[in-house]
Amino acid sequence: MASKYRERILAILAWMVIWQIAAMTLGHGGLFLATPLQTLGALAQLVPTAAFWQRIAFSALRIVAGFILAVVGGLVLGAAGSRWHGVRVFVDPVMQLIRAMPVASFVILALLWVSGSNLSVVVSFTHVLPVVYAGVLAGIADTDPQLLEMARVYRLPLTARLRYIWLPGIFPSFCESCIAAMGMCWKSGVSAEVIGLPDHSVGDALYRAKITLSTPDVFAWTLVIVLLSALLSAVAARLLRTAKARLCGEVRA
Amino acid sequence: MSIVIQNLCKRFAGREVLRNFCWTVEQPVVLMGPSGCGKTTLLRILLGLESPDSGSVTGVNPTAAVFQEDRLCPQLTATANLVLAGHGLTAREAETELRALGFADSDLALPAGKLSGGQKRRAALLRALLCKDARTLLLDEPFTGMDAELVAQAAAATVRLAGTRPTILVTHDSEAVGLLGWPVRQFVE
Repeated sequence: MASKYRERILAILAWMVIWQIAAMTLGHGGLFLATPLQTLGALAQLVPTAAFWQRIAFSALRIVAGFILAVVGGLVLGAAGSRWHGVRVFVDPVMQLIRAMPVASFVILALLWVSGSNLSVVVSFTHVLPVVYAGVLAGIADTDPQLLEMARVYRLPLTARLRYIWLPGIFPSFCESCIAAMGMCWKSGVSAEVIGLPDHSVGDALYRAKITLSTPDVFAWTLVIVLLSALLSAVAARLLRTAKARLCGEVRA
Repeated sequence: MSIVIQNLCKRFAGREVLRNFCWTVEQPVVLMGPSGCGKTTLLRILLGLESPDSGSVTGVNPTAAVFQEDRLCPQLTATANLVLAGHGLTAREAETELRALGFADSDLALPAGKLSGGQKRRAALLRALLCKDARTLLLDEPFTGMDAELVAQAAAATVRLAGTRPTILVTHDSEAVGLLGWPVRQFVE
């Protein structure tokens, strides 16, 4: 385990060196490719400012809100689609359409319907919804049919079936899809902000850094987005694991 | 209270598994027969998990069963599995019977998924025997994976806990049949 961790750190360090060499080779003071040190320097300047945290709070709040709405919607639609074939036939084409649509097209359309400041809620919602929906459907399909027969024979109440049979069956693919979706909603949410340019958002800061040719700032904000995405994915994974253990009565060996 | 089976017929892929099968079960009995003769199909029909082509079954429900597979919730302890299906069974009652069938404290703390094959089978058997509202019992090969000593203990528990309820126990284990002391019906269809 420790050696795996060490290997990963070594790989990251190696890529930092390659990045530094590439930036130095391109030259122009990091205009085309900021060095790791320039990026960290830009980040060090951003972090102590109130505007930095304001932007993060603004974007995170909306992106996470879109994510939560999509998880609830995906659970409801996935369960309904699994129970009633008609619902699945009706919903599937929309999910496929959303999956196939480029973020840019969706953002331009969404700008006609909602204000720029709420754009990332809609965009992260619509990009996470099909992933969670598919995860719930796959999870329900994976639920052990033998345990469902046992529940029928022993006349288990619906709540017990949900807690001890359906949820443990659904959770693995549901968790996987939620964690993947958390990363995805950051990408789509910030992309939407770059197009919609709501004030005080991370996407707006990224766009301003680009038009002022502040490449280190672009890199610093990108790093922030990557870190936030990883952090929230880890938080989501932890919360889901805890929820699974509590809800499904899991016993650890 | 008795299980009444009348003129039961069932075909699988053109093969006749049950033909006008009639049987009234009023007490615990052992059902024996060669593999593939339709014993499990009969139990599945009695449990309502298969539909017969024709014929009728009455007096089975409410029932409790041991399936060919253990079918325990793997994330729960053996005790929690028994309580879950016990319809009023307490954890203390479940633990007492599990201990009587050789479960140590450490086994009782494990999730069912981590138990040995024999332990899972014993838990599955006790789940059926201790189900409080079951008026009939359908037990498909409940002693699979147990050594001779455990079969003796499990058979004694089965006789004690099944009482006089109409019970069909399917087994190939002739030693277990001797220990149970129940009437035997040979299944030849």
